[in-house]
Amino acid sequence: MTETPLGFWGLPLALAGGALRVSAPYLFVSLGECLTEKSGRINLGQEGTLIMGAMSGYGVSYLSGSAWLGVLAAGCVGVVFGGLHAWLCSSRRVNDVAVGIALMLLGIGLAFFLGKPLIQPTAPRLSAIELGSWSHFAPVRAALEINALLLWGVAAAFAMRFFFQRTRWGLLVRIVGEDADAARAMGYDANRVRFLATAAGGFFAGVGGSFLSLYYPGSWSEGLSSGQGLMAVALVIFARWDPVRCLWASLLFGGAGAIGPALQSIGIIGGYNLYATAPYVFTLVIMVATSSARRTIAGQPAELTVAR
Amino acid sequence: MSVRPVRAPHTTTRRRAPPPVLEVEGLSKRFGKFQALDGVSLRAEPGSVHALLGENGAGKSTLVKCIMGYHQADGGHMRLAGEQLAPKSPREAQALGIGMVYQHFTLVPNMTVCENLVLARATLPLVVDWPKEHAALTSFLTRMPFKIDLDATVRSLSAGEKQKIEILKQLYLESRIVILDEPTSVLTPAEADEVLSMLHGMARAGDISIIIITHKFREVTQFADEVTVLRRGRGVGRGRVGELTTGAMAEMMMGGAIPAEAKGPAAGAAGDVRLGITDLQAADDVGVPALRGVTLHVRAGEIVGIAAIAGNGQEELVEVLAGQRPRSSGLVQISGASFEARRDEMRLRRVRCLPEEPLRNACVATMTVAENMAFRTFDESRYTVLGWLVSQKAISREAVKLVAEYGIRAPSIHTPIGKLSGGNVQRSVLARELEGEVDVLIAANPCMGLDFAAVAEIHARIRTARDRGAAVLLVSADLDEIFALATRILVMSEGRIAFETPIEGAEPAVLGKYMAGHGAHDL
Repeated sequence: MTETPLGFWGLPLALAGGALRVSAPYLFVSLGECLTEKSGRINLGQEGTLIMGAMSGYGVSYLSGSAWLGVLAAGCVGVVFGGLHAWLCSSRRVNDVAVGIALMLLGIGLAFFLGKPLIQPTAPRLSAIELGSWSHFAPVRAALEINALLLWGVAAAFAMRFFFQRTRWGLLVRIVGEDADAARAMGYDANRVRFLATAAGGFFAGVGGSFLSLYYPGSWSEGLSSGQGLMAVALVIFARWDPVRCLWASLLFGGAGAIGPALQSIGIIGGYNLYATAPYVFTLVIMVATSSARRTIAGQPAELTVAR
Repeated sequence: MSVRPVRAPHTTTRRRAPPPVLEVEGLSKRFGKFQALDGVSLRAEPGSVHALLGENGAGKSTLVKCIMGYHQADGGHMRLAGEQLAPKSPREAQALGIGMVYQHFTLVPNMTVCENLVLARATLPLVVDWPKEHAALTSFLTRMPFKIDLDATVRSLSAGEKQKIEILKQLYLESRIVILDEPTSVLTPAEADEVLSMLHGMARAGDISIIIITHKFREVTQFADEVTVLRRGRGVGRGRVGELTTGAMAEMMMGGAIPAEAKGPAAGAAGDVRLGITDLQAADDVGVPALRGVTLHVRAGEIVGIAAIAGNGQEELVEVLAGQRPRSSGLVQISGASFEARRDEMRLRRVRCLPEEPLRNACVATMTVAENMAFRTFDESRYTVLGWLVSQKAISREAVKLVAEYGIRAPSIHTPIGKLSGGNVQRSVLARELEGEVDVLIAANPCMGLDFAAVAEIHARIRTARDRGAAVLLVSADLDEIFALATRILVMSEGRIAFETPIEGAEPAVLGKYMAGHGAHDL
């Protein structure tokens, strides 16, 4: 990109635009993970689900010609992966973290294997809604190009908060996550609730993956996710298990991820690789800042393995 | 603490029919080789309080779990109001009006009282209208004998309040037969009396029938109408409470004469200060100050009892002394020397600890009895080969000796300790901690959940340690235990020592007031 007429203002604009683009996968995975963790399990396999979603979404979009069908397929693959995690964890003394890591590696490996033929072809991509068409400036228009999927994600964040606070099923997920014994005493089947929550959480992660391959960056390659699924897990902790805070945190992480490209867009090219590490550094800083050896984090579902 | 005359929750406008009769006849239940119940019969009359007495493992819990539908009985049958009763799940039992208050709370700690009560209902609306539920509960509470803050988070409530909410929950769910599993084990004496007389009043009024599991005779004689005594899965006695002496009930429970607990006098005058704590402060798991400046001392040859309601800092105090929790400030001294609860210091100063829930706090459940017994000593030269290899032989030899000495019943010293019964885990830890010379012993609820015989034995061991000159700090939720053992009593409330008294002249009622946190204002 060349010098823009906006001068220095180009930077925050590019950052905001980048944040809106980059944040969607974070948002979807963190919403899914939030739902899973609220039920008392951690699913680290979300990274694998994300990549499987990206691959299968791209594949289905290529084969069917419909990007939205790809999104749906990615979500379904996510349900399968989430369900697999929940099923494996439903036996006693099976550690959810270990199962998650195994599924993460399985998802990545499987996606790379099945996705080999998809690196070359171009699949139909999701279209963008141009909220910036009123502006004469190309950078403004570029920054305000928003994907419909992101809007769905924003809606899902608020819907999920309502779900947890006001609906029967949401309360059930919370009881199971806070105290499985109490849930059993009330006659609920904790394993079934967790199965459904983890499977639904997988759906979100899969959809997040389809965003990567079908919108931004918008093609299938093996370096597509670069750990975003894992960072989303950290993000849920940062958001203290609140879906709407997941939304703000995703935008923040997205902004951090956009630092490199944004600087590049105003002509600062040096140290690009350094800026690209921003989200990871950010994750570390957040984990250190919000953790304490002496206390558990407020809002943490009491049944989470790490809390015990 | 007076209890107002009780009105039934839903009888403001109409009289209800009395609760149904619950009959159990010849009920049997077998788990593998173990016959947990063997032809037990029971009849809970409408509007009565029926006590189930028995030692641990006598089958009381199995019996009520069959009634509640957790287990399905192998033989015999149950009838509710004359009709066959065979619930497949607690939900089914609940739908029939049978509810249970568990020994461990079933409330969700991170949710409010209001949420907890609404959640307990069999059917929830798809979308919960919280303002409406809140209003409905508020009006329900006006008909209840005690007040509770609906918006309080359960975590912040005392054990007594939680217990009341559990009972409230049963009334809210319109249970007609309420089963309580040792409901007073976590309450102060005053709280226990309040809760029990409230329940008694509700039964009197014909609103509910109550089945109460207990092994406290006082509760049986004071609040129950009828009693069924279980021993080893059999019903060994039943009758009206007024017609049975406690001695007779105890003999039925034990199947013979009960071992009298030797209540040895305090051995001579106490010696030098062994354990000194000055202005100790520490935070709890969520960072809130739990110890707000604790100062106390324990002399050689005395047992100092700390009485406190759960959640007033006594757990944190024990954890700091055991090295499980960092302190924020303050000084701990053993025989005058500063003590940071490091392993070398514990060994040098001969500090031993008997934490509560020993399986969780002092054992590795999956390691063997022998290994667990060697935790204090495995790195001492006499248990090692060439100074650094652990000697299995020496560890086993020592374990065999301790198992015999302390009468620990274990299939083998190579059995994972988690497979042992609670009493035997407790004995194993006691054996490890009391082995050799002990200068300071910290014990927290050492007898929780144990039966008479085990309690008497563990008390005797603690007294022996005292008589051999150890300074003992005893934290207990059971005032009777403190009165049985201590030479001096400290009451802890809100992270401070609120009251101190020698055992002579100590009044449970006075202690209870300080434990409840308003002693200073009321006295």
